[in-house]
Amino acid sequence: MSSTDVRHVHYLLGLGDDALVYAQRLGEWLTHAPQIEEDMALGNVGLDLVGQARSLLTRAGEVEGADPLRDEDDLAMLRDEREFRNVQLVEQPRADFAHEMARLLWFSTYQRELYAALLDSTDETLAGIAAKAVKEVDYHRDHATQWVLRLGDGTPESHERMQAALVAVHPYVAELGEDHEAARWAAEQGVGVLPSSLTDAVNGYVAGVLEQATLTPPDPPRWHARGGREGVHSEVMGYLLAEMQHLHRSHPGATW
Amino acid sequence: MYGNDFGQADAPGGRATTPHPLNAAETPDYTDALAAYFDGLIEEDQRVEPRDAMPEAYRKTLIRQMAQHAHSEIIGMQPEANWITRAPSLRRKAILMAKVQDEAGHGLYLYSAAETLGVDRSELLDKLHSGQQKYSSIFNYPTLTWADAGAIGWLVDGAAIMNQVPLCRCSYGPYARAMIRVCKEESFHQRQGFEILWTLSRGTEEQKAMAQDAADRWWWPALQMFGPPDTGEQASGGHTAQSMAWGIKRFSNDDLRQKFVDMTVPQAQKLGITLPDPDLAWNEERGHWDFGPIDWDEFWRVLKGDGPCNEQRIRTRVQAHEDGAWVREAAAAYAAKQAARQQSEAVA
Repeated sequence: MSSTDVRHVHYLLGLGDDALVYAQRLGEWLTHAPQIEEDMALGNVGLDLVGQARSLLTRAGEVEGADPLRDEDDLAMLRDEREFRNVQLVEQPRADFAHEMARLLWFSTYQRELYAALLDSTDETLAGIAAKAVKEVDYHRDHATQWVLRLGDGTPESHERMQAALVAVHPYVAELGEDHEAARWAAEQGVGVLPSSLTDAVNGYVAGVLEQATLTPPDPPRWHARGGREGVHSEVMGYLLAEMQHLHRSHPGATW
Repeated sequence: MYGNDFGQADAPGGRATTPHPLNAAETPDYTDALAAYFDGLIEEDQRVEPRDAMPEAYRKTLIRQMAQHAHSEIIGMQPEANWITRAPSLRRKAILMAKVQDEAGHGLYLYSAAETLGVDRSELLDKLHSGQQKYSSIFNYPTLTWADAGAIGWLVDGAAIMNQVPLCRCSYGPYARAMIRVCKEESFHQRQGFEILWTLSRGTEEQKAMAQDAADRWWWPALQMFGPPDTGEQASGGHTAQSMAWGIKRFSNDDLRQKFVDMTVPQAQKLGITLPDPDLAWNEERGHWDFGPIDWDEFWRVLKGDGPCNEQRIRTRVQAHEDGAWVREAAAAYAAKQAARQQSEAVA
């Protein structure tokens, strides 16, 4: 495999791992949501993300071209923590509902801009995945927007919780816009886009929602997460993978 | 065409012989006329709709049954959701998430259908949380291995379908219509469960053992799902006779249980799974499978609260509800503000 292909694979893994790891966290909400409609909604968002992850990881395996090819489950279940290329935002533990809506608002807005840009990818499979996914994440963004409005402009308690959630999530947002090596290569090749090129649109949308929701944009955080795209994660990641992978790994070679 | 009120008098299946008494002022013995109208609907196997007068006992029976059914869908999400984060492949994870989400949808349809009888969902949920209303006792058993996700689909959803298909012809229209969609999705779930076990039963020795162990643990609770005996010498009273007279229930518990056994035994044979009943044998004379005695003591014990997960299931549900109270309050406050804004804009 040429070095060019490695960066193509890494780029796809970054996109696929974001979707997979966030789906894992959203799956934890089922039966714990504030109302039954929300069990369905968060399950639905998670389900869309599992679907995106399956397509993206399958494509990553094809481009990698290992012999034998690594399929979606090889990549999801048999890689170790340092090989996962998701941003740290999506791996953070499930907290309260305001925290989830803050995370979903930023993440779905980022995904919305990302997939819209990937419609023109020179990787035709990736462009096809983006064409389907952009419609899905449009709904996710709308769902998060509606909830941030309700919570921000709801009761004093919900306003306070929503404001606190924005502050808690904020240190993980900058990483979405970081131009890592694989992304720089992908942008040059027309396979992908520079994450930093999406940042203004993402921040602009979120700022509009926060204003309408009577919320205050959080101050720049003292620190921000970095390194997810190179496989450097927060300590919670190992536990997430242990839970996700243990059954598959307990039965090597088995079919499910 | 939904409402009986709009049925064509001369159309087949219309209500030609059961004219609705118009109002109390113009109808002598109005109460008797309403009762006769309701009896006529039941006798002609018509649907009773929310606007129809109905005996209070019929309404209460339906509320109890539909609420219990809705609660079962909601509580039933828990044992399966237990495996979402650990599903062994991404395909299985997607199927399981979709399935648990379907159950949430079924709960919502059923609460909405129950609301047509003049109750509120929040009132029904309060009764679930306080233990005044029950849910299917099968969900008080734990899902210990991945094969349990298969066994729940195959046996628990399989048994549920046996119970629910006849409910598509239930005399209460909103319930019957909700059940048509529910049954379509449940039959998918049953096939998905079977397919999980089919894959395991063709897998490694550990996977085969996992499938067998799950069937061993879920078989008898699945047979108990049909409820205590309600025919022959063992009949233990209950609601069967009245519910059948009202067209809510179409078959006895025992008939449904037998149908389930007859359907499931050949499927177990295909899976290479031995059902945990030494008395299971084909009875040529009856044309049915005979099966051994069911442990009704266990059934009553679990139903009364002494099952492995009774406390846990309700605790989880109540916790989610309480943790979400501030969110629901915020949504209500926001909606009120929006309405007020729209009103003031309209005035301006």
